[in-house]
Amino acid sequence: MGMTIGEKIIARAAGEEKVAPGEIHTVTLDRMMSNDGTTHLTVDKYNTKLKHPRIADPKKVVFIMDHNVPADNPKTAAAHKKMRDFAREHGIKLYEGQGVCHQVMMEDYVCPGELIFGADSHTTSYGALGAFGTGVGGTDFLYAMVTGTSWVMVPETLRFNLHGRLRKGVTPRDLILKIIGDIGANGANYKVMEFAGDGAHGLSISDRMVLCNLTVEAGAKAGIVEPDEKVIEYCEKHGRKAEHMFKSDEDAVFAKVYEYQLEDIEPCCVRPDFVDHYDTIANVEKEKIRIDEAFVGSCNNGRLDDLHMAAEALKGKKVSPRVRFLVAPASQKVYQQAIEDGTIEALVDAGAMIMNPNCSVCWGSCQGVIGENEVLVSTGTRNFKGRCGAPSSKVYLANAGVCAASAAAGYLVSPEV
Amino acid sequence: MEQFTGKVWVLGDDIDTDIIIPTEYLALPTVEDMKPYGFSPLRPELAGQIRKGDILVAGKNFGCGSSREQAPEIIKALGIRCVIAKSYARIFFRNSINNGLLLIENSQVQEDVKEGDSIIVKVGESISLNGKDYPIQPLPGNLMEILEAGGLVAAMQKRNGIRRA
Amino acid sequence: MGNTLIEKIIMKNTGLKDVAPGQIVTVRPDRVMIHDIFIPFVAEKFEEMGFTKLDDPDKVVLIYDHLVPASLVEDIRHFKIGDAFAEKYGLTHVHRSDGICHQLMTEQGYAKPGNIVFGTDSHTTTYGCVGCFSTGIGYTEMASILGTGELWVRVPETIKVELEGALPDNVMAKDVILTLLGDLHSDGATYKALEFTGSGVDAMSVSSRMTISNMAVEAGAKCCLFRPDEKTCEYSKVSMEDVAWLKADPDASYERTVHYDAKDIKPVLAAPSRVDNIHKVSELEGTPIDQVFIGSCTNGRLEDLAAAAKIMGGKKVAVRTIVTPASRDIYKAALKAGYLETLSKAGCIITQPGCGLCCGRAGGILADGEKVLATNNRNFLGRMGSSKVEIFLGSPKTAACSAISGRITMP
Repeated sequence: MGMTIGEKIIARAAGEEKVAPGEIHTVTLDRMMSNDGTTHLTVDKYNTKLKHPRIADPKKVVFIMDHNVPADNPKTAAAHKKMRDFAREHGIKLYEGQGVCHQVMMEDYVCPGELIFGADSHTTSYGALGAFGTGVGGTDFLYAMVTGTSWVMVPETLRFNLHGRLRKGVTPRDLILKIIGDIGANGANYKVMEFAGDGAHGLSISDRMVLCNLTVEAGAKAGIVEPDEKVIEYCEKHGRKAEHMFKSDEDAVFAKVYEYQLEDIEPCCVRPDFVDHYDTIANVEKEKIRIDEAFVGSCNNGRLDDLHMAAEALKGKKVSPRVRFLVAPASQKVYQQAIEDGTIEALVDAGAMIMNPNCSVCWGSCQGVIGENEVLVSTGTRNFKGRCGAPSSKVYLANAGVCAASAAAGYLVSPEV
Repeated sequence: MEQFTGKVWVLGDDIDTDIIIPTEYLALPTVEDMKPYGFSPLRPELAGQIRKGDILVAGKNFGCGSSREQAPEIIKALGIRCVIAKSYARIFFRNSINNGLLLIENSQVQEDVKEGDSIIVKVGESISLNGKDYPIQPLPGNLMEILEAGGLVAAMQKRNGIRRA
Repeated sequence: MGNTLIEKIIMKNTGLKDVAPGQIVTVRPDRVMIHDIFIPFVAEKFEEMGFTKLDDPDKVVLIYDHLVPASLVEDIRHFKIGDAFAEKYGLTHVHRSDGICHQLMTEQGYAKPGNIVFGTDSHTTTYGCVGCFSTGIGYTEMASILGTGELWVRVPETIKVELEGALPDNVMAKDVILTLLGDLHSDGATYKALEFTGSGVDAMSVSSRMTISNMAVEAGAKCCLFRPDEKTCEYSKVSMEDVAWLKADPDASYERTVHYDAKDIKPVLAAPSRVDNIHKVSELEGTPIDQVFIGSCTNGRLEDLAAAAKIMGGKKVAVRTIVTPASRDIYKAALKAGYLETLSKAGCIITQPGCGLCCGRAGGILADGEKVLATNNRNFLGRMGSSKVEIFLGSPKTAACSAISGRITMP
């Protein structure tokens, strides 16, 4: 019996010929990433709870500051200092203000076939390059950092065969939110969501990242797109070699197989307060829901495609005076590209506020917080109650075009075609 | 002539508005909420120690820095009856009068005073400490009018006929 | 006897034939500025005072800058109250995310040469760069002006500051005002007007003059005036005839005159934690720093970003460096000129225009024991974190060179 991509990556990391769902294996990790959301706590544990503290291989560890950058109060500043000092002391590569951790990891580190732990749930993003990225808590991360290893239970795999192409104005974000709406916010608990088919291969790496990033919102342990030529190209362009291009065997066993025709996907607008409260913008816009803030950014939707889509939706328009419209490019590289092609200028002209690349509104502190009873439409990852500010506030999730068009209109609306 | 006695707290020169109330607390909803943080960068415990009727004695350029009116409001809310300093920054000076906080200018008493001493203030006339009198200048007439009305809000209320003179 | 610049402006506004220092007069301001931190208090006091309408809504400018973007849920309350006030009383000049109030007031033409402008912020002195008498007031006074359209002022004495000659290449307007602060001290100009003259000032851009008038309040000054010239007229979109009256008489009386030879001015820093604790950069050179901040109403303009970009081009910063342009227009101009891309590639964090770090509410707060070299206007205890953060104030050139080396460095 064959193996799925996820099983093959774990087998490689465990040094086993073959692994099967349900088995527990000790694995050697290819890389570990931790950001300023939790690193200071991990550092505290490292310094106080361990008898013989050491780091197995500092080269495999990456620290990235992105949640509260630049620091917005003495507490976050102190947390940053702890992280910075620890990185310096132990020779760990530290990024500060270069962008959202997952975007930076994709640009600088991730290779197909790797097993990567990140102390952040959206580590699933790395499946865009055919890697197994998964989020862990601080204690798991600490163990991994100290030993270079961890244990994993081999997950079952759900296979999503994607066919055709998304229509104009429809994004991979609309697709994955539709899938989450269909299978539910725990529909892939402990499982790998594997994407393949001509529809998957038609997607750019950036698109695949959108897909894999949000798989955790269905409870998935990892989201992986079957790697192809585009992955090799991306790695080469970023100075890396793609070595372990795993595909699922013909006779691999999937817990379930889903088929999606991409032409059928519509622009969505997920309602508060949960990621699986799926609806289409076509439905929601009938209600003329007023908004106070709009956001384009985050590890899910802060890349060039998204900024282009936002600028396009704002063409010839201005942001409504009633709306605060924040745009946070996912990384400095994205920001620089968007400067070069004039997108930043177009957005600034229309009245957007351009944030320094970081988690921004999606993280719900530091910048762009929303107030009591306010309504936000966001390209962020989550719309949980109080995620972006006051507990009484409401967050709708949509693509960058819908967010930008709504910023101009002052209420939830589709972009003009 | 109005006269009162108060226990003294002593501060130095150039007590700026960020010391009186740091910016991070300015968005708190009310002066009452901000009050505990008064003077916190310099003496975090001071706000809790000040009692109603106490007097602040400071050096030169008291209240320099920003235009935040919370500075005199907090001093008043903490119960400070008046401030005696060698000199005041201009915006703070205006803001204090507008909020009915009495400011006295004197450059000698600082040499003799210790924290915890009592000072007797005869408004517009003199201050005295341990039996020694220190002369003070009266305020210009238009400012006394605002002070006597209880601040600028009350003065405007009179103007607008919603408070009897 | 003749009159100084500030006296001329007050005479024009009041219609009085002569005024003298010490005199108390009532003026009718041409504009007033309120920012987001204080609008809730202004609104409350305004209604508490019993006013039901504004004296002149067109004269009022409301600017959100201290809390943009909001870092706390409570910040939003300020925007809501501001929006409601604007709607109720018919304000038309409202800027919600366009940059720092003081930059916008001159840049957007609200404060013009010869005007009198009051603002709920101490750095309102900034508009003196175009020959406008502008000064900061509290929110209670602002509320009364909104209702009455007038305010009493004491005619200030004037200190004349002469700057002759050309500044050395590594010296900027920031070094001039810091040097002056060191000499005058933080209360040396309390209640007084500063009037800048001389060939060194004539050679300066309006932006550079803005840096100086902005920080004049750190010496306690009520205002800091520059006589308008062609550069001013171009910037403020007025004609030279409009401002012909705006000059001090030859026999005007000054409290005193301070003279500087521009060539003698050195790059300097205000060391922690007083604005008048001035040291030459050369004396402090080599001091390790943890962060650099280039921005604020003092030094967040195009020429400041240009200076930084020129120094940082092709290099990488050694410490975290935060760049905050002063306004949306400056951000755009810096985009077009390529400065933001250069700075981003050098590793700078470029933020949305706003008060940011300078007002200590977000935008790069520091941890205890850290040192920052910043281009803004205050280094008071606790301004950018706890009282254990040390702040050095310097020019954008000094800041950029220090960012590259990670230590205080001579430009």
